[in-house]
Amino acid sequence: MDLLKKLLGIVWIALALAAAYFCIFIFGVPKFTSGKQEDLVFGIVILFVLTPIIVGGLFTFGYYALLGEYSDKKQLE
Amino acid sequence: MNTTTKAPKGIWKVIFASSAGTLIEWYDFYIFGSLAIVIATKFFPQGNPTAAFLSTLATFAAGFVVRPFGALVFGRLGDMIGRKYTFMLTLLLMGGATFLIGCVPGYDTIGFFAPLLVLILRLLQGLALGGEYGGAATYVAEHAPDHQRGYWTSWIQTTATVGLFISLVVILLTKTMLSKEAFDEWGWRVPFWLSIMMVLVSYLIRRNMHESPLFAKAKAEGKTSTNPLKESFGNRYNLKFVLLALFGATMGQGVVWYTGQFYALSFIQKTCNIESTQTDSLLAVALLMGTPFFVVFGWLSDKVGRKSIMMVGMLLAIICYRPIYKAMYNLSDLKNKSELVSNTASDVKATVAGNGDSVYHYTTAVTYSDGTLYAYDSTVVVHADKAAEITKPKISKATTMNSSDKWTMIFLVFIQVLFVTMVYGPIAAFLVEMFPVKIRYTSMSLPYHVGNGIFGGLLPTVAVYLSSRAKDSGQGDWYLEGLWYPIILASVSLVIGIIYINSKRRVE
Repeated sequence: MDLLKKLLGIVWIALALAAAYFCIFIFGVPKFTSGKQEDLVFGIVILFVLTPIIVGGLFTFGYYALLGEYSDKKQLE
Repeated sequence: MNTTTKAPKGIWKVIFASSAGTLIEWYDFYIFGSLAIVIATKFFPQGNPTAAFLSTLATFAAGFVVRPFGALVFGRLGDMIGRKYTFMLTLLLMGGATFLIGCVPGYDTIGFFAPLLVLILRLLQGLALGGEYGGAATYVAEHAPDHQRGYWTSWIQTTATVGLFISLVVILLTKTMLSKEAFDEWGWRVPFWLSIMMVLVSYLIRRNMHESPLFAKAKAEGKTSTNPLKESFGNRYNLKFVLLALFGATMGQGVVWYTGQFYALSFIQKTCNIESTQTDSLLAVALLMGTPFFVVFGWLSDKVGRKSIMMVGMLLAIICYRPIYKAMYNLSDLKNKSELVSNTASDVKATVAGNGDSVYHYTTAVTYSDGTLYAYDSTVVVHADKAAEITKPKISKATTMNSSDKWTMIFLVFIQVLFVTMVYGPIAAFLVEMFPVKIRYTSMSLPYHVGNGIFGGLLPTVAVYLSSRAKDSGQGDWYLEGLWYPIILASVSLVIGIIYINSKRRVE
């Protein structure tokens, strides 16, 4: 199980990068540049709040997983 | 409910003091959203782009995005000076901000100061809420014995749903007691003013409570933190648990919570076109039926573990959302019903406005063989000045379900509320048990409010975006596309939660 946790770290890092692409190019930028006032706020939130949380947070989680920080031994320390 | 041992002394007072205040804070938060349309007309005049921008900012960003910042500010305070004083502060802040929203004069009276003041007060609401939940959950958890923590903290978990329920009831009652004109003129302020009385009562109750025994002990022993933010997020050991709590639990819990309550409400009203009073009442019934299960699953989590119940709740939500929403849509789909042509009534009223414009009001009322009613209204304006810009017709459609369909819809929403109770009932105890006393308030508040405020709060926007795109591209089941957001996020949380969360780990 600890090995699976480490290997999945790569998956979470890849997912973070995929999420970044979706959040920025598919959702965020079109909302931000649509010209409609009601889209501007959502665009700002997607680009400057959601994207950093997902990308930064999930990437860091994946990185820690890859380093073995979530092994049973380390969790029960 | 048999808790097998006697309730710890004074625990019901602790539960009442914490829950009452948290419930009021949720009520304060929800009345703004429930009255958003009225607020928009008073403070954010139509056709003014800046005002529209501020309106969206107030209802959306201030309400949800600010919550994690509140979690940081008040979490830090709570870990340094104590739980009791911090969550008295959040209560007063929320109550004061809510009361003042009810007092702000409209745009017509004070111009741009009106939307600006409302925005600032809404920001304060979001900050206060960000600080309240962590304090209340931590306070109760630190009074509860280890083997009953899930049960006792689950009472706090009922407050968000009950707060929503009470906000719907108060608004409904106020509308019933006043004429439509009076409500639109000043009556909408009443639910905001009511808050200050509830807050004062709750403040007096909380003022007489003692500090959490675990925090008091830590303080006496000099074991509190001088920099909870750094200790929570600046060191790898604790940060990894904050991230695990977010991606393995609260992200999934947040989207399930918002789908089962808010998305269900807006789907029934806007996609199924069910009449708004019927929608509100059926949601209220489903919430009432489901609320006891927060306590049931909180209690059960003490027996079988927090993780298993939360993961099962997420799994059931992932599997069942699409069939449930398909059934909800089909219930209201008029193509499946037989019209009683002889009962169909159409009417048109023509009036001439003061400026010479002709206004045509078309109404159609259709009755179906199973008792379903459908009302279609449209208002068309023909301008006297032929050069004037053509005004788009205003159209409203509303279906009133028959009794059998209504109860089926209630059941379908109730099932979703059950999923909510499974993921949310145990989560307060789960989060509290992840972090040590000295940084508990800070560490648990942030993943909770990011999971709920950001991931959950974005659900309506993302879901509407996905379903609109599918509808425009001609997809048959376009109305189900919005569910991919909660399904995908809950799936990620499910996998991470199952694989990474170690149930044996419990910080004392």
